[in-house]
Amino acid sequence: MLLIKNGRVVDPASQTDAALDVLLDGERIAHVAAGIDAPGAEVFDAAGLVVAPGFIDLHCHLREPGEELSETIETGSRAAAHGGFTAVCPMPNTKPVNDNAAVTRAILERAAKVSPVRVWPIGAASRASEGEALAEIGAMQQAGIVAVSDDGRPVATAKLMRQVMDYCRALGLVVIDHCEESSLAAGAVMREGPRSVRLGLRGMPAETESIAAARDIQLAALTGARMHVAHLTTRQSLELVRAGKQQGLAVSCEVTPHHFTLTDEDVVYDTRFKMNPPLGSREDHDALLAGLADGSVDAIATDHAPHHASLKDVEFDSARFGITGFETALALALEQLFHTGRVSLVRLVELFTTGPGRVLEKTRRIAPGEPADLTLFSLDYEWTFRAEESASKSRNTPFDGRSFRGAPMATIVSGRIVFRR
Amino acid sequence: MPDRLHHLLGIEPLTRQQIEFLLEQSRPFQEIQRHPLKKLATLRGKSVALAFFEPSTRTRISFGTAAARLGADTMNLQAESSSLRKGESLLDTVWTLEAMKPDCLVMRHSASGAPEFVAERVGIPVINAGDGTHEHPTQALLDALTILDRKGRLDALNVTIVGDILHSRVARSNLHLLSKFGARFTLTGPAMWLPRELECLVPNVRREPRIEAALEDAEIVLALRVQQERLHEPQLSLDDYILLYQLTPERLRRARPDALVLHPGPMVRGLEIDPEVADGPQSCILEQVTNGVAVRMALLYLLLGGPPAETKETARAAD
Repeated sequence: MLLIKNGRVVDPASQTDAALDVLLDGERIAHVAAGIDAPGAEVFDAAGLVVAPGFIDLHCHLREPGEELSETIETGSRAAAHGGFTAVCPMPNTKPVNDNAAVTRAILERAAKVSPVRVWPIGAASRASEGEALAEIGAMQQAGIVAVSDDGRPVATAKLMRQVMDYCRALGLVVIDHCEESSLAAGAVMREGPRSVRLGLRGMPAETESIAAARDIQLAALTGARMHVAHLTTRQSLELVRAGKQQGLAVSCEVTPHHFTLTDEDVVYDTRFKMNPPLGSREDHDALLAGLADGSVDAIATDHAPHHASLKDVEFDSARFGITGFETALALALEQLFHTGRVSLVRLVELFTTGPGRVLEKTRRIAPGEPADLTLFSLDYEWTFRAEESASKSRNTPFDGRSFRGAPMATIVSGRIVFRR
Repeated sequence: MPDRLHHLLGIEPLTRQQIEFLLEQSRPFQEIQRHPLKKLATLRGKSVALAFFEPSTRTRISFGTAAARLGADTMNLQAESSSLRKGESLLDTVWTLEAMKPDCLVMRHSASGAPEFVAERVGIPVINAGDGTHEHPTQALLDALTILDRKGRLDALNVTIVGDILHSRVARSNLHLLSKFGARFTLTGPAMWLPRELECLVPNVRREPRIEAALEDAEIVLALRVQQERLHEPQLSLDDYILLYQLTPERLRRARPDALVLHPGPMVRGLEIDPEVADGPQSCILEQVTNGVAVRMALLYLLLGGPPAETKETARAAD
């Protein structure tokens, strides 16, 4: 028994924001009330802390199997716990690609041994994510995938995407879509705009994303599939998602902390600013903030993309795309969304919990009988993020040395405290 | 100099005073190009690494000549024989070169920003000899020296640039340099090479898709090479380019009578430029090449020679 006392319970599902105690009994929540007295229970004094349902990250890369130099399930999931995440969804672009049940099982078996948090794998949509033939989606679902995506190698043809959506609708799986029109993205290393022209770096226009989003939202309408736009970055694609929702389509989207914090004007010849999709314009950034506030955006996802120094400490054109993100996600959300007054605390928590939960059709509630997954965080703990102290194996983050107000203070998974600051 | 140069990575970060100083320092080296015996001993015992990760002939020879005329040795790395072909990273290649103890690294690379990336990681001065589609600072300096020779001034020039400006590091460096002297620019060329973002690069930039209108009142005409080897770009019809954008004598008459024609080379006669213009009295193309050696000598001297007392005095004067 673990009693979380004196915390501020924020539960978006019930729109609760109140001083309550939470009693955990093994893997489940036993009781939620003010002034719980539980003799014999271990007590966690959460005075001054927010007690939220366990955070879910819909989008990350754990690199195992195949790229263990950059990250492993063990190090990545530990970094996730440090970031307050109780469940993370690794993308299938491992080596080999998670396109069959054997790889899915291998990931889950490894996670069961070493991961402090829940690992919910995402399976490939096409075989080897090559966009030609469907992957073993049904077998992977039985093995435990929670969604389907070809992520960084977006499904190039409308025909295959239609088939994937048809197939996944019947299976009840959401299709996560890295929206990118490949020919416009070819060779590009950042967003096209004044900054790319100044730096002489090849840019991709914002339409690279929205053209693909428009295609796939129409295919979602055609097939009735659940479709989720990964790491959305442009005003136009956000408008397309909004319009889709208004039509009643099962369309959702996520936004990353780096896209709502930085813009293409921040890009310098430092590969920690190279990610795909690239940082957008100021206008896009402002649209994302508005969408996070007004409910159009369903989730904050990290797109935690660790890369070993040898893959990043190269000239800009040659560097891998992506930055790490678990440990700074909440702090950046507090900085950009909460401390600025753009969103309420309940909405902020929703973006990390019930929001991503809805995308996967998983509930997140602080109520008796629910899984004992909780994220406890401070709104005003002052700290400085040091990449060298990260639990991740990789250091590729533009937020190294950034000072924050607010941080995850404890992560509880299945009734066990897996991280405590 | 106002701020001592440690590297030359681009024109954009330089001040007008730094540019004036570099051009001033190039004067005596211009003189040397006219001597029957051109070799100095100024940098005897020093060595310059020429790392050309992208094929280059004229710039590499120009730097090599500049080093030789100052008495320095050169170490050559060329794309064709580069260990990059064997999978070595840029950084490992550069550190290997550095371990042979050159005093300076002259570097060309197809990736924009590569010289800056390297400069932050080595202990010797780095000179950017052209990086991707970013900058080619010594080209802009030699162009400025050529303009100064002919016009006697750099201030407030009307400059027209013709061609693939989006992908031109020569255009970018020239825009930055001449802009610091108050130039007004008219850019012309095929529309996809003239994105509106170019107007944000420096002040007083105007895009004009018609070459005839773009040349009106021009004092400097910079014709760019048509880069047919660009990756990720659909091919343009060369016949169309010739029809619409070739710098011809008729078109050049729209410019001021004393307008200068510059071209960074390599030049394809009959493509971007009519032979009559290339060889005409307004053309500065070969002077540019000669001045290239002088500018690069000045630069190597400043970065490797260690500033003698007089340089420091000049620096204060320039402040």
